[in-house]
Amino acid sequence: MAEAQVVESGGTSGTSGAVDTRTIGAPVLAVENIVVKFGGVTAINDVSFDVRKGEIRAIIGPNGAGKSSMLNVLNGFYKPRSGQIKFAGKTFPSMDPYYAASNGIARTFQNIALFRGMSTLDNLMTGRLLKMKSNFFWQCLYFGPAQKEELENRAHVERVIDFLEIQPIRRTPVGRLPYGLQKRVELGRALAMDPDILLLDEPMAGMNVEEKEDMSRFIMDVNEEFGTTVILIEHDMGVVMDLSDRVVVLDYGSKIADGTPDEVRANQNVIDAYLGVSHD
Amino acid sequence: MLYRETGQFKRNYAADQQLFPIFQDKILLAAILVVALAIIPFAINDYWSKAILLPFMVYALVALGLNILVGYCGQISLGTGGFMAVGAYSSYKLCTAFPELNLIFVILFSGGCTAAVGVLFGLPSLRIKGFYLAVATLAAQFFLIWMFNKVPWFYNYEMSQITAPPREVFGFLVSGPQAEPAAQYLFVLGFIIVFTWVALNLVRGRIGRSWMSIRDMDIAAELLGIRPLQTKLLAFAVSSFYIGMGGAIIFHIWLGTVEATEAFDILQSFFVLFAIIIGGLGSVLGSFLGAAFMALMPVGLKVVLVDWIGMVPVTAKHIEFMLVGSLIIFFLIKEPHGLARMWQITKEKLRLWPFPY
Repeated sequence: MAEAQVVESGGTSGTSGAVDTRTIGAPVLAVENIVVKFGGVTAINDVSFDVRKGEIRAIIGPNGAGKSSMLNVLNGFYKPRSGQIKFAGKTFPSMDPYYAASNGIARTFQNIALFRGMSTLDNLMTGRLLKMKSNFFWQCLYFGPAQKEELENRAHVERVIDFLEIQPIRRTPVGRLPYGLQKRVELGRALAMDPDILLLDEPMAGMNVEEKEDMSRFIMDVNEEFGTTVILIEHDMGVVMDLSDRVVVLDYGSKIADGTPDEVRANQNVIDAYLGVSHD
Repeated sequence: MLYRETGQFKRNYAADQQLFPIFQDKILLAAILVVALAIIPFAINDYWSKAILLPFMVYALVALGLNILVGYCGQISLGTGGFMAVGAYSSYKLCTAFPELNLIFVILFSGGCTAAVGVLFGLPSLRIKGFYLAVATLAAQFFLIWMFNKVPWFYNYEMSQITAPPREVFGFLVSGPQAEPAAQYLFVLGFIIVFTWVALNLVRGRIGRSWMSIRDMDIAAELLGIRPLQTKLLAFAVSSFYIGMGGAIIFHIWLGTVEATEAFDILQSFFVLFAIIIGGLGSVLGSFLGAAFMALMPVGLKVVLVDWIGMVPVTAKHIEFMLVGSLIIFFLIKEPHGLARMWQITKEKLRLWPFPY
């Protein structure tokens, strides 16, 4: 772990020029030959890629390319027709949502999927649910083990709240928050799960430049400070190219490119998919 | 001026997470408890007990149960009357089969029986949602009432009407025609206090959050590792437990004699559902306010119209129907989130009063 002890670059690290102190490890999650079909529509056609520990892996592609479907396969919401998922040293034909959640895969959604009637604090505490084990009896009394674990998890959630700078909205029902903050709370709920792998489905959709910068900073900080592996779907190419270590490009459900941002940017297939090809 | 939390600092999370973090709320609660425990038992008479306090308390308990299911877990149920009947009939069976069994345990066990039945009828909730689930629970309502009328075992092969035998708790007669109003009142009040406290604990902890997450966004909840089936069934179980206890108390303490078709018909289900909608879905306080509104408003109107204004009782009854109906509409337009939300807004305004900002 020698690389991990490199001196901190001091202050906030910019996107370029800063010392990269992260260690990128072996692949922790891989999909092989995944096929997802809805009736006659093939959403994902024979896609394979891997994700290494500690990296930021972006999935890009035009609308309807199958990006969100891919995330849904990764955390078990969709069951692929064929193919396999390798995770935590095991191979699965499909993922189980409970297994994924309890083994450190957390995600956010393209359309905000917060618990609207609950406060920010309760939303984040719900992210800690799997860490809470006290039985029904103690829950009824809110005493003993139940209270102890409430307080421990509250302390943890408060660290996430500090990290995301959302202290003032702790008690506000999230339905009342503006869009940008809701996105941030949703990231918070995923972070409260202590994830090893974070799946972010368009975390910056619909945000202004300032909010995008904030969100980018949070994603980089999560990745650097906690060593969390991030899988990111995003349409803003500036963000994708700056943040990610490697990029997968999907188009019509198939993988058309895979590599570092620079490689992908130069790939003719990608350029064709985004800009179109002349058919003469 | 009075309701101000300035200077009430919380120094640790335990202090911040207590049930009533604001000092003024504690005083209000203490005052209510003093009145309920130390003043009412000495002032109570048969009319106050049977017409006002007991209906309010049992409907509050039942509404609380339904609110756990509908308000907190988001599963609509129209089977409340049927589940109350399960509570009443199982308490009758327990009471007659084990005459020595303390009535407290009879009521707790009949709550348990109802919880089991509730889980059974909650099974479809994994597949169907919203109005469709409401229709499925409607089946529970009709089936259960039909069963209690048709299977003689439930009413011990006598008349289909069941009558509560006299029972003593701690030496006081609480059920049967000779029961003391004060003893009955305190008996029910004990249940109310304990199980309100339990409900408050459940909804603010892990279990309550898992219920609310299923209610607000079940897909996200599932991906956070919440198991939808277990969570929904637990809500059905806890809710039916409360409703069953309510049914048992209605039978033993309040009415004394019940007949399934009359006492626990579909109108009861609607009555309790309206109570929690008016009181406030997803609020323990709302269950009490809603029960008070639905159970006490007609009594109050009758007192005003007949006793004060001197109207003919039949006319008063019709005016009462119209008034209650229009008041329900008024409150729902004024505050769709119920009386509990209104109370919350009042408290927020009081915080700034008398300054507007």
